[in-house]
Amino acid sequence: MFGYYLELAFRNLKRNPGLTALMIGAIALGIAVCVMTLTMYRAMSGNPIWWKNDVLYAVTMDFWDPQEPYWDDYPDLPPEQLTYRDATAVYASAIPKRKVIMHKAVGIVSVDGQQAKPERTPTRVTTKDFFAMFDVPFQYGGTWTDAADSGPEPVIVLSRKLNEKLFGGANSVGRRIRWNDNEFRVIGVRDHWMPLPTFYDVNNGPLEDPEDAYIPFGWSVALELESAGNMNGWKPEDIKNYQQLLNSENTWIQMWVELPDEATRDRFQGFIDNYSQEQKQAGRYQRPLNNRLTRPDQWLEDNQVVGNDDRVLVGLAFAFLAVCLLNTVGLLLAKFLNHAPITGVRRALGASRKQIFLQHLVEVGVISSIGAMLGLALGGLLLLGIRALYTFDPTESAGTQAIAQVDVTSVITALALAFFATIAAGLYPAWRIGRIPPASYLKAQ
Amino acid sequence: MLEMHGISKIYRTDLIETHALRDFSLNVGDGEFVAVTGPSGSGKTTFMNVAGLLETFDTGTYKLDGQDVSRLSDEARSKLRNEKIGFIFQSFNLIPDLDIFDNVDVPLRYRSLAKKDREQRIKSALDVVGLTSRMHHMPSQLSGGQQQRAAIARALAGDPRFLLADEPTGNVDSLMARQVMDLLEQINEMGTTIIMVTHDPELARRAHRNVHIVDGQISDLQPYETRDSAIMKPVTAATAMSPA
Repeated sequence: MFGYYLELAFRNLKRNPGLTALMIGAIALGIAVCVMTLTMYRAMSGNPIWWKNDVLYAVTMDFWDPQEPYWDDYPDLPPEQLTYRDATAVYASAIPKRKVIMHKAVGIVSVDGQQAKPERTPTRVTTKDFFAMFDVPFQYGGTWTDAADSGPEPVIVLSRKLNEKLFGGANSVGRRIRWNDNEFRVIGVRDHWMPLPTFYDVNNGPLEDPEDAYIPFGWSVALELESAGNMNGWKPEDIKNYQQLLNSENTWIQMWVELPDEATRDRFQGFIDNYSQEQKQAGRYQRPLNNRLTRPDQWLEDNQVVGNDDRVLVGLAFAFLAVCLLNTVGLLLAKFLNHAPITGVRRALGASRKQIFLQHLVEVGVISSIGAMLGLALGGLLLLGIRALYTFDPTESAGTQAIAQVDVTSVITALALAFFATIAAGLYPAWRIGRIPPASYLKAQ
Repeated sequence: MLEMHGISKIYRTDLIETHALRDFSLNVGDGEFVAVTGPSGSGKTTFMNVAGLLETFDTGTYKLDGQDVSRLSDEARSKLRNEKIGFIFQSFNLIPDLDIFDNVDVPLRYRSLAKKDREQRIKSALDVVGLTSRMHHMPSQLSGGQQQRAAIARALAGDPRFLLADEPTGNVDSLMARQVMDLLEQINEMGTTIIMVTHDPELARRAHRNVHIVDGQISDLQPYETRDSAIMKPVTAATAMSPA
């Protein structure tokens, strides 16, 4: 009978093309909006380094204004970055298995003798453990040594994308490039790597791409580099030179540590607490002791990478879907009741209520399947639209590209959503048409 | 074939109760051709709907082919309707977007017959009504008489034990009406019991019996000894419950 119901469903859809288009359109629109918001929400709320969630910690210390907290809404949370002097002091600890202090900078990259235009390149100025700690893959070469960090040595790691631009994708290890007019030697090329959101630095937008170049942290001082991200301070300071910036209460350094077990974590917590106590005695850290080691998932939560707005947006998307489905229920009822005389004939000829119900449910299933497919395609288009809105060059921002891709989970979610939601929406009209007394339409037809 | 005893059917609204059938009793034997007459609103259609298991009734008993149908589920009633009853309506009630072949196929679909068996039955039924050459026409491409013949083919395809015809000639001209009536007689001669509602005394006269309904009750049963002679005999209460 299923084949017959399917045949009838397609026949009925063709009978009222306008009404059919309206219903499919309503479902597709609701599904598309849900797919779009769900995809964005999933991309932004995922923990991109979940497999190391138990060993990685963002280090934060509350040295802020004794009169008021750093976050008005979350007074318990310390600033998300450290001052240079705190970061370098804590970095000296040998307790962590791995540790990294870093900030973002922007440099102009060029290659001598090449016609290619110099590139304004987002660069991460970091200590060497960045790559091992965050499982950053390499296409060619590798990272630098501790000595290169403090030296600092003029070595640089490029992203695969930048390497393709500068060297056509060839193994460029050993080649020389210029970064802000300083010569650097390429020692590694990072492979595709796109943590989304970019959890390790939430200052510059969680959807930003990872940087295209990486240089040892020592270059920060050597080249007097300032952060390309937020720099916050709590007390008025007259900063006239770079050294004063390094000694100031301005926060601009991100710090992460890898602590393999609870005992090590406790030891390191003790270490930074002791450091704070010492600083208190020296007149700093006037707020109550509040130093935190925060795991990536909690870090994303604390920094509201997925804000309430996003959650509200998801809620609104589902509300919109509900409205679309409600409209579909109305249209289905109208459509089915419009065919009630034919249903009456079928009942007279031997169709039971159950068979009429199933016949109409199959029709609903066909409508919902077409609506889901269309919704999926429409959702994909909407996501492409978002990508176009937020990026000048679609090839530039892989992070936004990731958002603009409908992944398998979203496809399955959308299909399940469409199927169950529309079937649920169609239950009442299908049940209702099955309950109509056939005799009342046989004379009237 | 059909035994109704003390059937009553009341339609209720918030304001009013309408007694469509009151203490209605009728027996129709195997192979009978019964004409049901009566003024508008007398309960003819309600009787047909109850007889065709399209509506339930409030009190009384109804046996169809020996089976008490009073308390059957919708599923069982639908199965009985599909297998034992054929319907012919005044307005044909063909499904407009199915061709004649598919229209005749409708009751067979609900019987889960094999495709080959269905095709054979459809062609045979269309052959009986003389519409084999029109099987792929749409209903709108046929005349009123042809549409009614198609509806008769649909009723016949399931090989029912009895046919319920509600004003089968009401929407066709007199020539077509005679043809439809000839066809019904032919079907009846093949052994199918027929109950036909009609306003046309001429057609009623061609049935074996004439049941006259007024105000939801049988007011008169007038069997015809032969259709050709059209001699009416009054019946007594004793004979009213038995087939002619």
